[in-house]
Amino acid sequence: MSTDRKIILKTEGLTKHYGGVHALEDADFELYEGEHVAIVGDNGAGKSTFVRQITGVEQPTRGRILFEGKEVEFHNPVAAREVGIEAVFQNLALADDLDVPSNIFLGREEVYFNLGPFSFLNQRKMYQRSREALEKTGVKIPNLHNSIANMSGGQRQCVAISRAASFASKLILMDEPTAALGVQETTQVENIIRNLKERGIPLILVSHNLRQVFNLVDKIWVFRRGRIAGMLEAGKTDGNEVVSLITGVQSGVHENASYI
Amino acid sequence: MANQAQAITPDKPDETHKRPRSHELNALLGLVGIALIFEILGWMLQGQSFLFNPQRLSIMILQVAVIGIIAIGVTQVIITGGIDLSSGSVAGATAMVAMSFAQVSTYPRAVYPEWTDLPVIIPLLIGLSCGLFAGLINGLLIAFTRIPPFIATLGMMVTARGVAKWYTKGQPVSFPTDTFASLGQGMTPVIIFLAVAALFHVALKYTVYGKHTYAIGSNEQAARMSGINVERHLVIVYAIAGLLAALAGIVVAARGLTAQAGMGIMYELDAIAMAVIGGVSLSGGRGSIVGTLIGAVIFGVIISGFTFLRLDAYYQEMIKGAIIVAAVVADVYRQRMRASSR
Ligand SMILES: Nc1ncnc2c1ncn2[C@@H]1O[C@H](COP(=O)(O)OP(=O)(O)O)[C@@H](O)[C@H]1O
Ligand SMILES: [Mg+2]
Repeated sequence: MSTDRKIILKTEGLTKHYGGVHALEDADFELYEGEHVAIVGDNGAGKSTFVRQITGVEQPTRGRILFEGKEVEFHNPVAAREVGIEAVFQNLALADDLDVPSNIFLGREEVYFNLGPFSFLNQRKMYQRSREALEKTGVKIPNLHNSIANMSGGQRQCVAISRAASFASKLILMDEPTAALGVQETTQVENIIRNLKERGIPLILVSHNLRQVFNLVDKIWVFRRGRIAGMLEAGKTDGNEVVSLITGVQSGVHENASYI
Repeated sequence: MANQAQAITPDKPDETHKRPRSHELNALLGLVGIALIFEILGWMLQGQSFLFNPQRLSIMILQVAVIGIIAIGVTQVIITGGIDLSSGSVAGATAMVAMSFAQVSTYPRAVYPEWTDLPVIIPLLIGLSCGLFAGLINGLLIAFTRIPPFIATLGMMVTARGVAKWYTKGQPVSFPTDTFASLGQGMTPVIIFLAVAALFHVALKYTVYGKHTYAIGSNEQAARMSGINVERHLVIVYAIAGLLAALAGIVVAARGLTAQAGMGIMYELDAIAMAVIGGVSLSGGRGSIVGTLIGAVIFGVIISGFTFLRLDAYYQEMIKGAIIVAAVVADVYRQRMRASSR
C-alpha cells in the first residue's frame, strides 16, 4: 500500500453528551482514502452516536470534524450528503408506502425540468438507475414498483444500501447493516461492501459480527463506553485481542458468542 | 462484476410499468356492488330502475361534486398523515365573503352598496384568498407548533364558522351577478370538480409534490432525513386544502344564489368519508385521487339510493355515520393485516 495516502475523514476530540449521558467522549478518529474500517464495541459504546455526528443527523457537543482536510459542520443530513457522505442508519430511513425507485431517489428525485415542488418526475430514469444500482448489489427484487412495506428485511436493507451506495462519492457509513438479516441476505450486503471497495469508496462499517469485520475491513476501531479504546489493523490482530479491547478485560480469552 | 451482472436476469420489460392498485379496484368493486343492491331493491320495492334514470344520476353527481372538491384537498391532507376538520366552516365563511363582493347593484340591501356588479374574478379571487389564508394558518400551526392537525383544524373549524356568522351578523347574502351565479349552474360544479380532480391526480402521481406528500405520510422522519422540507410541504398541502374548501364554498353559493352563515356544516366529515371509502388511509401514506373519486361516487350512490328508497332522513344520517365508521374500521383492519404479514 502506498505510504502517503490522503486522510478523508478525521475527528478531533469529538464529543456528544445527551444531558448527563456522555455517549461519546473525545474521539480522535481518522480514515484514509480507499480505506474500509470497522467500528466495533458493546451495546451503548457510542458507535451509533459517532455515526450521527459525522452524518449531520446531530451536532456534536464539542470537537472538530475534518473532511478532506477542511473543517466541516453539517447542520443536517442533507449537508453531509451534498459533500458526498452517505449513510445507512440503524433504524431504516425508508418510506414504507413508496416503491423502490421512489425510496432510492427520495429527496433528490430526477425531474424533467425544475419547477420546484411541481416538477414532473422522470420516473423512467429513476426506475432505470434503481435497477442498475440493485443489479450491482446482486439483489433480486422481482418488481421494483411494489411498495417497500411488502418486502423482506433483507430486500429492504439492500434498498437502503443501494440508495447510499449509488449516491456516495466520498464516504459511506453503515450502522449495523446486517444485524437483522439472515445468512444469505448478509452475504448480499457483504458483496455490496466488496463492490464499494473495488470502486475505491471509503467505508465505515459498524458491526457486531467479528467474522464479517475480519473478512471485509482493513482496520478495526474499538469503542468502549463512549471512548475509542484502540485501533487494530485487521491483518495483524485476532479475535481475542479485539474482544479484550471491547470488554476492557486484558487477560483471559472471552469466547463470547455474541462477538464471534 | 460482469458475471455478477449476468447472473441477474433483468425483469421482463412488460413488468416495468405494472403497479399494484388494489384499493382503487376494491373501491370500484364496492361501487358496483352497492349500485347493484340499490338496483335490485329498486325493482323489488319501487318497481323501477335505480341506475337507468338520467335525472337521478345528474342530481347525484351534482350533490357529490361540491363536497368532492373539498375531498380532493382533504385526500392530500390525509395522505400526509393529517386531517382537516375546518373545510366545511371555511367553505361557509368564504361563501359569505365571496358573495358579498358578487352582488348586483339593483339589490338595495347589498353588503357593500358601493361595490356591486363587480367582474366575477373579484369575488372569486377574494373568496379563494380567504380559503388560502385559513389553510395557511392551519399549515403553519401544524408544521411549526407541532400541535396535532386534529386540534389545529378543529380550532379553525370553530373560528371560521364564527367569521361566517359575524360577517353579516347572521344575515344571508344573496342576489349575485349572473356571471358569478353561472359558476354553480347546470353541470359547471361537476366540470370544476373533475378539473380539480384531474389536476391533483397529476400532481400527486407525477410530480415531486406528490412524491413528498406520500413520503411524509409514510415516514416523516425518513422524509426529513432525505432532505425534504417537511414544514414547507405541510404548509403547501393545508393551503391547497383551504383553497379547495373555498372553491367549494363559492360553487355552493353560486348554485344556491345565496350564502348563509350555516353553509357547509358537516361537509368536512362527508369529504373525509369520501376519501376513506375510496381507500385513503387515515394513518397516512396511502390513497389516491382516483380512489377518492370512486369514494365520492359511492357516497353519492348511497345517499341518493336512500332517498330513492324513501328512507327517512333521520335514518339516512344514522346510516351515513355508520358507513364512515365502517370505512375507518376497514382501514384499521387493513393496517393490522399489513403489520402482521411483515
Ligand atoms: N438521543 C439520545 N438521548 C439520550 N441518550 C442517548 C441518545 N442516543 C444514545 N444515547 C445513549 O448514548 C449511549 C451510546 O448509545 P449508542 O451510540 O446508540 O450506542 P451503540 O450504537 O454503540 O450501541 C447509550 O448509553 C445510549 O443510551
Ligand atoms: Mg447502535
